[in-house]
Amino acid sequence: MNSLSNLIDGFGTALQPEFLLYCAVGVLLGTAIGVLPGIGPALTIALLLPLTYDIEPTAAFIMFAGIYYGAMYGGSTSSILLNTPGESASVVTALEGFQMAKRGRGGAALATAAIGSFVAGTLSTILITFIGPTAGRLATKFQPADYCALMVLAFVSVAALVGRSALRGLISLGLGLFVGLVGIDQLSGSARFTFGQANLLDGIDVVVVAVGLFAVGEALHAAAHAHSPEEIIPVNGRAWLTRDDLRRSWKPWLRGTAIGFPMGCLPAGGAEVPTFLSYGIEKQLSKNKEEFGKGAIEGVAGPEAANNAAFGGVLVPLLTLGLPTSATAAIMLTAFQSYNIQPGPNLFDEQGPLLWALIASMYIGNVMLVMLNLPLVRVWVKLLAIPRPLLYACILVFATLGVFSASRNPNDLYLMVGIGVVGYGMRYFDIPVGPMVLGLILGPLIEAQLRRTLSISQGDWSVFVDRPLSLSILIVALLAALVPHVPRLVNRLRGRASAGRLILGDAESD
Amino acid sequence: MRIREMFFVAGFLLVATGCGSDGADDAATTAAPNTTALPAADSTAAPNTTALPAAALPESLSIMAPADPGGGWDGTARAMQTALDPLLDGSVDVYNVPGAGGTVGLAQFKDSSGSGSDLMVMGSVMVGAILTNDSPVTLEDVTPIASLTTEYLAIVVPASSPFQTIDDLIAAFVADPTAVSWAGGSAGGTDHQLVALIAKNQGVPAGSINFIAHSGGGEALASLLSGAVSAGVSGLSEFRDQVDAGALRLLAVSSSERIDGADVPTLIESGIDVELSNWRGVVAPAEISDADRMALLAAIEQMTATDEWVAELEAKGWTSFYQSGDEFAAFLGEYSETVKVVLAEIGLL
Repeated sequence: MNSLSNLIDGFGTALQPEFLLYCAVGVLLGTAIGVLPGIGPALTIALLLPLTYDIEPTAAFIMFAGIYYGAMYGGSTSSILLNTPGESASVVTALEGFQMAKRGRGGAALATAAIGSFVAGTLSTILITFIGPTAGRLATKFQPADYCALMVLAFVSVAALVGRSALRGLISLGLGLFVGLVGIDQLSGSARFTFGQANLLDGIDVVVVAVGLFAVGEALHAAAHAHSPEEIIPVNGRAWLTRDDLRRSWKPWLRGTAIGFPMGCLPAGGAEVPTFLSYGIEKQLSKNKEEFGKGAIEGVAGPEAANNAAFGGVLVPLLTLGLPTSATAAIMLTAFQSYNIQPGPNLFDEQGPLLWALIASMYIGNVMLVMLNLPLVRVWVKLLAIPRPLLYACILVFATLGVFSASRNPNDLYLMVGIGVVGYGMRYFDIPVGPMVLGLILGPLIEAQLRRTLSISQGDWSVFVDRPLSLSILIVALLAALVPHVPRLVNRLRGRASAGRLILGDAESD
Repeated sequence: MRIREMFFVAGFLLVATGCGSDGADDAATTAAPNTTALPAADSTAAPNTTALPAAALPESLSIMAPADPGGGWDGTARAMQTALDPLLDGSVDVYNVPGAGGTVGLAQFKDSSGSGSDLMVMGSVMVGAILTNDSPVTLEDVTPIASLTTEYLAIVVPASSPFQTIDDLIAAFVADPTAVSWAGGSAGGTDHQLVALIAKNQGVPAGSINFIAHSGGGEALASLLSGAVSAGVSGLSEFRDQVDAGALRLLAVSSSERIDGADVPTLIESGIDVELSNWRGVVAPAEISDADRMALLAAIEQMTATDEWVAELEAKGWTSFYQSGDEFAAFLGEYSETVKVVLAEIGLL
């Protein structure tokens, strides 16, 4: 096979000591900036770019890619231990991860995240190796109508986030959808709910909302209940995956990869939506549904695999089409261009050796990362041994630094605190915070795609059923919405008491 | 033992967070005003400005890119950094203040000190954003230094499109304006303006333009490749590779003369008297001294002559568009007036 011999040549280059060193520097740096909230891979690569003009492009790109996926590994750490997601793709990880950490299972959460990242990172690299260009071509077939259908499917599948009380879930979702409206409307260019504030014109950043809701809200909640503290157990048993954890993790890892990679390949897919999808699906399939919200390991394993696989997927449109689908991909594109290399349909022909060395280095880098991160788990969980008031003070310092260094805008801090107060109120009234973040991420996406679709079709809704792709996605969405209720409806028709719900894929989750 | 480990972790955190904030702040701190006079460096006066005395170059510079890393302004700022760094004694820093078409950065830049070491990248997009966002801070609040680069726009269609030439496309557009959907960047941006100018030239009411806005040229490219839209407008470099690969067909460019390597007519040649480009330049704070202004003009003048700068332009596919000082200020005023009229017609003002 041609790819295989190219890949072997690539390994020949990537395994040279010099390139191994650049790869190691990249993944180390990536892990560090991933752990620190606020300083993302895009900014890091932008800062490093002028320094790398003197080294050869292969070395530079091996290092840049290492920073990119290294940051994905590190990103879960602050989500799990400090409830402070550093970037939007790690938001879902905080939902179950921090609950696990509070219950003494922080080590297991970090370990499943690290191994899940390794599995997803390696599998998605294999997919890039063999089907990269094909996947790139297929991904361009998606039209706004199809994206719209896909977002509907995402909404339906993650209804699980809504929690026990539909009313409370919908209040939270509504809040998120509202916050998503703030800013310049992309399609008409007019400002909505900005009250003349220039700082609101670009909308409210998901990270600011997530950090406010999760970190600040949680800290306020803890402070309000200071006299009846709920115990934080630093480490319960070994800081490692038990047999049972492993049994519960491996399927979410694979499913997360299967969701993350194709969504990442889509030019308008992104890395956030697959993490929500993965969380929703894991909750539906899990036999331990009651554990969700209290620290279910599946809820960390799936989304962490999904975001790593999505970042692998992002390389597909970047390399094969020259389409950057994230901020980091955009700066990588700039980096390619500054070496006079134009990513696009001709890239594999023109720059074969460089690309194959880059791909080979990603296999190596993933191994380095898992070897680096697993021992670190034991160090990180010590954080939780910090006395509670100090730990929450740490969380607040971290949250503030992270939000400020991301935008250097003090207004974002006021927003973060304001949203933190809202988050405290939501905890007080037992309103789940997950749906709010979901509404904030999915709302603007579905709105833009729906309006684009209808603008192109000149107001004709039939476009959704005329296109086979969007029609099939919508049918899947309909099934996903109805199937869980079928047994109950059937039972009711037969006049019998409801006897549990049939869950999609029940048979395979033995 | 446990306590020691705890301190280790806490110490690591402190170090880590300390580094983080240093990294993010260094652009601001190293830009500390330093006005010590330098020995006059070789500085040939710009040909088109009021005679420049031999001005000293600024010791160091701090350049704001009022956008996220990865975009055109960020790229311009970092290209300037590469070319200016060897010229100056001190360092050249770049920092990003993203938001609202650059107007968030502009508002912050207005308040920066008049130390003579601050520059901000801006361009045609900011002129439009100031108007559409009704920004309280405008380009009246800064000192124009120079325009640097320009990028002409291209009109493309998917390879499978029935439109073979620009005339085919325009004929269809005139016959049934709403049936032709145009993919491009942000609403009211340069891409949108070009379609509006074409419509005006052809007597098509601006209200019937079916412009599908995207967050950037890349996203618009995805809509084009999927075949969802009739045509696309964006910077020529965004489309070039796909045109070479045969996925898109280039129909026309928005320059005054044909562009090397792009074998298509200009709009003007095709009977549509429209010329538009996406240009970028730099400005300084309003209250800088004359000496500081001269120093900045001289630094930019020297920068544009360096091999590094020429190589950066080549790599990024930008055309040089160097106008210095008063010449740039005059261009800026004229350009703002044109944009104001166009945006009013699209209905964004």
